[in-house]
Amino acid sequence: MLIKVLLLVAIAVVVVLSLRAPAGARHLALRRVSVIGFAALAVLSVLFPDAWNAAAAVVGVGRGTDLLLYGLIVVFLGYMVTTYRRFRHLESQITQLARRLALDEVATELRAADTAGEARLPDVPPGPRDVDGAVGPAAATDPAAPDATVPGAAARPGPAA
Amino acid sequence: MADNADTCLVVPLYNEGAVVGDVISDALTVFPRIVVVDDGSADASAEIARRAGALVVEHPLNLGQGAALQTGFDAARRLGAEYVVTFDSDGQHRTEDALAMVQRLRDDEADVVLGSRFLDDRTRPGGVKRAVLKAAVLYSNLTTGVRLTDTHNGLRALNATALGTIRIRQNRMAHASEIIEQIGRSSLRWIEHPVHIVYSDYSRSKGQSVLNAVNIVTEQLYR
Repeated sequence: MLIKVLLLVAIAVVVVLSLRAPAGARHLALRRVSVIGFAALAVLSVLFPDAWNAAAAVVGVGRGTDLLLYGLIVVFLGYMVTTYRRFRHLESQITQLARRLALDEVATELRAADTAGEARLPDVPPGPRDVDGAVGPAAATDPAAPDATVPGAAARPGPAA
Repeated sequence: MADNADTCLVVPLYNEGAVVGDVISDALTVFPRIVVVDDGSADASAEIARRAGALVVEHPLNLGQGAALQTGFDAARRLGAEYVVTFDSDGQHRTEDALAMVQRLRDDEADVVLGSRFLDDRTRPGGVKRAVLKAAVLYSNLTTGVRLTDTHNGLRALNATALGTIRIRQNRMAHASEIIEQIGRSSLRWIEHPVHIVYSDYSRSKGQSVLNAVNIVTEQLYR
């Protein structure tokens, strides 16, 4: 039956799309376009309720409502998967935030052990390499730090210049 | 170096208050530098570890063991550690094994030394656990190209090169496979080292559910 093929292909597409990394702006644009498409379909269904029955007959499903239900299941699956992806992304952001907090809390200990002797460094610790803007305000928060130029500070990945 | 000051033990910690104190004070006799990453424990684990003499880094909330390890790696890097050993907080690992693994790094045999409980027959996991671990090994060997005998062993030793290369993004248990995957993709040299895992009644009671394998595979697919 045609409907089986269509539904299986749709599910496969959803799964494949979900496994690919979302491509930022393009991904967002696709989301918006599909929302508009969804709205347009809804409007058309209201205006021409019989269209679903006709479409159902074409693909070999009993009634229009059944077709609608099948479609809904596929869309829901897609929604579930994209939501999971967004959740994972959010989780990685929280992780970076929590890690930064945790390391900052022991910044003094980490520094004391690291540069034993050069205790008086500016109070903003170097962040992990991949955290954006981790050391941005180093100079701003401590503009008067006279020892910002000691070797230990120069070796750190900060915007010294 | 005899005093192991160039080595940093990274110990992820989550609700192990009952044993972590002894584990840390025991390990401190061999490794003077221990970074414990408390992963938002609900009990007094962090305080106990601190009193035992470790440097404790505290996640403000529970993120998972993978996240804790990466935080520990970041801390170790800031401490300027030459070698890092990942070590469990529940007393499953032995410092003798850790020491031997670091020695192999010092001898420049590899960049990463991975502990394996299946290289000899000292360790005796139960039937189901053994079957799941073996399945994990098979899956990992097929997908990563790194052929190991034990893929989910928490005892690992890394040198500074490996520390700079490996970046754990899997917060929960899939980090074990992720590390191997990254070793496979990088040019890091790796070897396995036979270790003895102590399955005490305590660790058995806390041990991972075998069902967790499902979570791990899912996390790897939908990353």
